[in-house]
Amino acid sequence: MKSLGSIRRSFAPWADPASVPFIAVRNVTKKFGNFVAVDNLSLDIYPREFFALLGASGCGKSTLLRMLAGFEQPTSGEIVLDGQSLAGIPPYRRPVNMMFQSYALFPHMTVENNIAFGLKQDGMPKPQIAERVDQMLKLVKLDKFAKRKPHQLSGGQRQRVALARSLAKRPKVLLLDEPLGALDKKLREETQFELMDLQQQLGLTFVVVTHDQEEAMTMADRIAVMAHGKVIQVATPPEIYEAPNSRFVADFIGDVNIFDGTVSAAGPGAVEIATEAGFKVRLASAEAPAVGTKAGLAVRPEKIRVSRDKPSCAPLNAAEGEIWDIGYLGDMTIFHVRLKDGKVIKASSLNAVRAVEDPLGYDQQVWISFDENAGVVLKD
Amino acid sequence: MSKFGSAIFNRLVIIIPYVWLTVFFLAPFFIVLRISLSETAIAMPPYLPVFNLADGISGIVEKIGQLSTANYEFLASDALYTNAYLSSLRIAVVSTIVTLMIAYPIAYSMAKAPTSIRPTLLMLVILPFWTSFLIRVYAWIAILKPEGLLNQFLLTLGVIDEPLIILNTNWAIYIGIVYSYLPFMVLPIYSSLEKMDHSLTEAAQDLGCTPICAFWRVTFPLSLPGVIAGCMLVFIPAVGEFVIPDLLGGSETLMIGKTLWNEFNSNRDWPISAAVATILLLILVVPIMFFQHAQAKADGEGK
Repeated sequence: MKSLGSIRRSFAPWADPASVPFIAVRNVTKKFGNFVAVDNLSLDIYPREFFALLGASGCGKSTLLRMLAGFEQPTSGEIVLDGQSLAGIPPYRRPVNMMFQSYALFPHMTVENNIAFGLKQDGMPKPQIAERVDQMLKLVKLDKFAKRKPHQLSGGQRQRVALARSLAKRPKVLLLDEPLGALDKKLREETQFELMDLQQQLGLTFVVVTHDQEEAMTMADRIAVMAHGKVIQVATPPEIYEAPNSRFVADFIGDVNIFDGTVSAAGPGAVEIATEAGFKVRLASAEAPAVGTKAGLAVRPEKIRVSRDKPSCAPLNAAEGEIWDIGYLGDMTIFHVRLKDGKVIKASSLNAVRAVEDPLGYDQQVWISFDENAGVVLKD
Repeated sequence: MSKFGSAIFNRLVIIIPYVWLTVFFLAPFFIVLRISLSETAIAMPPYLPVFNLADGISGIVEKIGQLSTANYEFLASDALYTNAYLSSLRIAVVSTIVTLMIAYPIAYSMAKAPTSIRPTLLMLVILPFWTSFLIRVYAWIAILKPEGLLNQFLLTLGVIDEPLIILNTNWAIYIGIVYSYLPFMVLPIYSSLEKMDHSLTEAAQDLGCTPICAFWRVTFPLSLPGVIAGCMLVFIPAVGEFVIPDLLGGSETLMIGKTLWNEFNSNRDWPISAAVATILLLILVVPIMFFQHAQAKADGEGK
């Protein structure tokens, strides 16, 4: 069997102008009274893609998912699935299935009847239903629980039944609303990888709604970061993390230090910014903002070094401060370093060796520094 | 100390319903049962034998020997009683079904109404209880009688040419029972529908069910506990109903509640009326016990 990784590495239909989107959301707006839940939103999702809608609660991600499922109708705009407009098509005639956040398992039916529900509805012959249910139960490793009722299952098992039920009809698209939200951390991490494998194995298009950035980063091919009914950025997880297109995205995904400053020099391939924290930063940047404009600078904690000695790059990309707080997490240590102007920045360092001689302690005078390609310039 | 105290408290809490049932259900039932096995007599109380603690144990044993099932044999031999039971059951079944068909849509729309107006709707359902039951039944006489409100209204509209005869027929009984017991059907159904997760019907639709199909395959089966509770709350009192058939029904309507009343008050035959009451209780309690047993068994399956 071909490794899934090799398929995944080359999977980037969004980069190919010739590829046709499977789901096309075109200028969709959804209003509830005066409240605009989804605001003139456009998106393309490609076949076999694992697509995540990520945002805080109330950002419109669930409303968008419900419009894909057919439970809400767009106030304006259009959703096209596989070349067919979904306008006016009720949920029960859409070739999509949804896995509900609450799982919505039918409490009066056994596990197998829950899974068979949609198949019976389609009038599939009985022996075929039995076969498909069997297959689904094996897929989610619940073959021993076929005769149980939902209330006799654990949370993780219920989640699997919900998944099996939504996959039983072989939908073209599977919509997942916070699929792992109700599971504990360990189970959630395992299930993330299982979902990814399943999606690859079945070759389906998955659209998942989540507020958990780690979940989105782990599973998705691409992430759409949403806020106030709009998509702020659509990109692959590394792009979202390393090249956020805005202060909002930089701040929303992961930990970040943002320095405000003014562009003091801009040359080909590099920008110099005088930060309000009192030091100068030189960054590799393809874009060159005009000299004198305000700019933000985002540097992730793991890209900041903390040292006792003055780094060689000083005074560029370096500042003096004292250690304010230390958080030991096992795999790494988080330092909060207070700069001279009072700004506290976060730096994390990997604990690659077991015993460090003379580790950094509280109140020590240290230098922080980072490389020219460690930060991202944010235009506001 | 507090642990000991709470153990006693827990016992007490469990004991209270048992004491209640013993004093107000079991003890009266045995008194009625005993009277039903006695013989009519022109005396005070109007039956024999009368148990008396002064008789001593041997006296009581002797009197127990005098009890007989003659009254039950009499009930079985006279078609009047059988017909009264059957007619009561029929009227109760029909009214329960009609009440269910009216109450379900009411409960359903209440459960689907915006959360803000639900308490008001609930209040409206309970509102009739603010007026005495008897007064409400009397009010129906004014509505249903030949020169009553309903007939006047229909005559004015020109729907009918001559007044409909509703009062003193079975129709009036059905109307009375359905009207009086409607809240007892609406409330349990509403409470089972109201707590249902809305995403269940959405899930059914997502899996290919039309809204109507989703109702029959998901919503209705899940509301069954409420439906059953409501049906019992209507059916059980309807079988023994006396006031409504007495006030609204005609002389030809035979219901067991009315038969019992006649035996007790007009004939002063306490033993026969006690036997009628005992049979009525058995007719109602035994099937319900079987039903509960089956229900408990079904719930226990697969555990």
